[in-house]
Amino acid sequence: MFWTVTRALLEGTGTAAQLFFLTLLFSLPLGLVISFGSINKWRPFHRCRIGWLSRFQPVSLLVKSIVWIFRGTPLLLQLLIIYYGPGLIFDVNIWGSSTNGRMIAAVVAFVLNYACYFSEIYRGGIESVPRGQYEAGLVLGMTRRQIFFKVTLLQMVKRIVPPMSNEIITLVKDTSLARIIAVVEIIKQGETFLRQGMIWPLFYTGVFYLVFVGALTLLFNWIEKKLDYFR
Amino acid sequence: MSILQVNQLQKSFGATQVLQDISFSLEKGQALAIIGSSGSGKTTLLRCLNFLEIPDGGTISVNGQCIFDAADPTTQKEREVRKKRLHFGLVFQSFNLFPQYTALENVTLAMTLLSKETGAWKANRKEEQERIQQEGLQFLASMGLANRAGHYPHQLSGGQQQRVAIARALALKPDILCFDEPTSALDPELTGEVLRVIRDLASRQTTMIIVTHEMAFARDVADEVVFMDGGVIVEQGPARQVIESPTHERTRRFLSRYGADGEEVT
Repeated sequence: MFWTVTRALLEGTGTAAQLFFLTLLFSLPLGLVISFGSINKWRPFHRCRIGWLSRFQPVSLLVKSIVWIFRGTPLLLQLLIIYYGPGLIFDVNIWGSSTNGRMIAAVVAFVLNYACYFSEIYRGGIESVPRGQYEAGLVLGMTRRQIFFKVTLLQMVKRIVPPMSNEIITLVKDTSLARIIAVVEIIKQGETFLRQGMIWPLFYTGVFYLVFVGALTLLFNWIEKKLDYFR
Repeated sequence: MSILQVNQLQKSFGATQVLQDISFSLEKGQALAIIGSSGSGKTTLLRCLNFLEIPDGGTISVNGQCIFDAADPTTQKEREVRKKRLHFGLVFQSFNLFPQYTALENVTLAMTLLSKETGAWKANRKEEQERIQQEGLQFLASMGLANRAGHYPHQLSGGQQQRVAIARALALKPDILCFDEPTSALDPELTGEVLRVIRDLASRQTTMIIVTHEMAFARDVADEVVFMDGGVIVEQGPARQVIESPTHERTRRFLSRYGADGEEVT
């Protein structure tokens, strides 16, 4: 019995890992784009005499509103809305009813949600790099792009590793929320044994999360060590 | 003809006018020291010359060619400003070395990036890399840092970091090298090594503008001294004359705060 349960939970771990890696793959770069949006200082009416209109920053405001929505509502709710919403509103289920469809819907919800969290971490990282670094780059004739990639980026990465690792560890455990739209991840697998009157498989799922997070912790420690050569 | 000609430069931040009607010129191979109390506009002037701030009025000419005219927006396009910055080098008060690069990499980074924009890089990458490497090492050696090339900034003392920063600025061969209080962030025992390096540059006819609080140093090293107060140039003239026998009351009052050896008297 133990092996049957273990095999089932491993299968769930595979699904959770798939959701985890796909989420990271898309939300890490998307978060950077969002962070650029939220620090965008474009003021189309800066010549206007009306105070609030001259300070109006549409890109930043729009992006910050989106971030507010995704950070301000439960991921569980976002999963439900993204999966069932299109069907209810437009009368077409764009996700299909297959396992794949559910997974894609879950990835979309997770990517949007996590990109918003990451964007705030990135923003903090970008803003924590002293302005003098940027100015030194300018004075040396570098373009803004060169300054970002050659000077700012690595310093920012170094600073955001601790908050990022926190957020990414949370993501591992958040994958369990996907069971609300019937993605069969670890907890969902464990729950199937309830019907056979066994509750211990559900408790046993904790081990799989611990191992997953343990591996990630080692990885983050390694990255921190790697970036230890400068301050 | 002067290498640098600044005419009626003006700059305001909001309602505060930080620079008013600043005009001066600088001859090739000369060193100009700018003195004055904090808030007098010295740093803003340097930042305007390096286009870190865009002046609201006035013109800047280098080698007789007008590179900035506040009245002419075509001189202010970002692409061109980037090239024009290269007429000037700037050494910051707080060094601003790139922490993730070694001393040598700090010096060669911008050289490499600029080289990549030329044909020489595409034609012979290996040779060009080698040349830049050698040149960078020479600049470090001239700062007395040949044996520190592989060190990261946090492994260097403040004085060494500032000398790397000077090498980094020199490496792009600017027409005019600007120093913004280069020793103000240093412990007193470390200022000497940086001042010595600047003195050495002056003796080799490097064209420089030095914002400094080291009066004795300004007197001995600079050819000309400008005294600024409240955003205007109060007095300018030969270094020895301005510092030892100033003609304006405001200059005298400012200088009286410093002793004969240039140390601030408290």
